[in-house]
Amino acid sequence: MAEFAQYIINGLSQGGTYALIALGYTMVFGILQLINFAHGEVFMLGAFTGLYTSKYAGLAILGTFNRLLTGSAETASTGAAILTAIVIILVAMCVCAAVGFCVERLAYRPLRASPRINLLITAVGVSLFFQNAGQLLFGSDPKAFPDLFENLEPWTFGADENLIVINPLQVFVFITAITLMLILRHVIFHTRLGRAMRAVSFNHDLASLMGIPTNQIIAATFMMGSSLAGAAGVMVGMTYPKVEPLMGSLPGLKAFCAAVLGGIGNVTGAVLGSFILGLAEALLSGYGTPTYKDALAFTILILILLVKPSGLLGVNRTEKV
Amino acid sequence: MSKNEPILQFNDVSVYYGIIQAIHNMSFSVEKGQIVTLVGANGAGKSTTLRAISGLIKPKSGSIVFKGENITGLPAHEIVRKRLCQAPEGRGIFLNLTVEENMDLGAWAAPDKGAYQANMDKGYQLFPRLRERRNQLSGTLSGGEQQMLAIARALMGQPELLLLDEPSLGLAPQIIEKIFEIITDINKTGMTIVLVEQNALQALQVAHYGIVLETGKIKTHGPAGDLLRSDEIRKAYLGD
Ligand SMILES: Nc1ncnc2c1ncn2[C@@H]1O[C@H](COP(=O)(O)OP(=O)(O)OP(=O)(O)O)[C@@H](O)[C@H]1O
Ligand SMILES: [Mg+2]
Repeated sequence: MAEFAQYIINGLSQGGTYALIALGYTMVFGILQLINFAHGEVFMLGAFTGLYTSKYAGLAILGTFNRLLTGSAETASTGAAILTAIVIILVAMCVCAAVGFCVERLAYRPLRASPRINLLITAVGVSLFFQNAGQLLFGSDPKAFPDLFENLEPWTFGADENLIVINPLQVFVFITAITLMLILRHVIFHTRLGRAMRAVSFNHDLASLMGIPTNQIIAATFMMGSSLAGAAGVMVGMTYPKVEPLMGSLPGLKAFCAAVLGGIGNVTGAVLGSFILGLAEALLSGYGTPTYKDALAFTILILILLVKPSGLLGVNRTEKV
Repeated sequence: MSKNEPILQFNDVSVYYGIIQAIHNMSFSVEKGQIVTLVGANGAGKSTTLRAISGLIKPKSGSIVFKGENITGLPAHEIVRKRLCQAPEGRGIFLNLTVEENMDLGAWAAPDKGAYQANMDKGYQLFPRLRERRNQLSGTLSGGEQQMLAIARALMGQPELLLLDEPSLGLAPQIIEKIFEIITDINKTGMTIVLVEQNALQALQVAHYGIVLETGKIKTHGPAGDLLRSDEIRKAYLGD
């Protein structure tokens, strides 16, 4: 039982990061019918932004928060660690939003009217560009992510057979992921911007007939999706805690599988698919063998494409005559 | 602007889809306060004409002038701001949004935000069915209700010129009757309307002026009453 609970906790935390990445895939697909293969690399850039922000400003930020919360920069406090992590995540989100904006503006917008396949090839190209630029810029060796939470003991429940270990970082990742998803949900369903995003994703021409500046809305969509991937990058970097230029490709592909599982284009579906994948991976690693963990996402992808290509929550749009 | 000055001028316009020419050096103008109907067979270029006016497709040559201003080549979302709204072909509503969200988007570019609620009420007054269903996904509306929504939503943009693309398509005769009545009523409030219809007889009955298109060219045009009486037109387009 304790074992099971442990796997569930691991799965939820992992699912949360998949969801943050998958949301960007699904939003961009919803609005442009484009699978943005460079999305995993945005995630990687987020991790590096987090790494360098922690390295060069992390201690200063942490000290400031410690002083504010405890009166002394030297006294470690959980609150200060959390606030520092949040600041670092926000920095990475801003940088990634800018990256997403540039990718859309420079790579995809000029090809908007071209055949789909050109866009897809461009997406692969952008992905390779970032992987190689990353190796050039950061070096290809993995870099250790500074540990903000080093002073925090894991929480333990029960003992011996029934021991459950909860890493505070896992809880932080899960709560942050859920919070970001709730904010996104609010934006999409309860703001003017979100309404415009849904309108543009239904039909560009129709949206522009309402006076909606579709290009701006598409740019905003890229920025939002990219910033979520950036947040995921930082949190994965903190968890592992290693960062390297090729780290984006596997989580990127897995999150893409999760988005397809939930129904690509569907925001709720992306979250659902991601948690299913995260939990399934955790359970497989725990009860079965961790060796096949990475193959699971692709197995699920193939199965869902065979059984229900529109995904769990995807609907085939039907127009009334 | 005098009463008879055209609100819209379509000057020698040619429109292409790739290498296919859909509109051939077409010219016409629309007088303020009138209902002008564009009729013609499938593929005659009626929708293309409206798409060009709204800025969804850029003419290869010629100019489009609205309220004295050259709007050729302006992006669609800026043209709407000039109070030129379109209810596009095939009802063109956001099926993934609720009725009220659709109405709200119709007001995106409306110049007078203060009139928002009044316009919403007016739309619901014209089509009470929409009020009942305002929180429903518009994809669940019937065909007729969707058409009502498309018209009500276009009115949310406070248009001076309203483009309607086949509002009667696929509707039952009683509903068509009602839609045409409403078009006439809206026009009586002073709004200029360009009405695209395959249902030429009914369109010409409500319109002041008619333009008959054939394969991207104007075949004939004139006061609607004259066209209705012309033998040639009756034979070719009115099914006599
Ligand atoms: N997106 C497009 N790409 C290529 N050709 C097009 C496109 N849209 C329309 N056409 C062509 O342009 C011509 C005019 O089409 P248009 O839609 O304007 O006709 P219409 O008069 O509105 O017809 P209908 O009554 O069937 O709606 C047709 O020959 C059509 O095949
Ligand atoms: Mg048409």
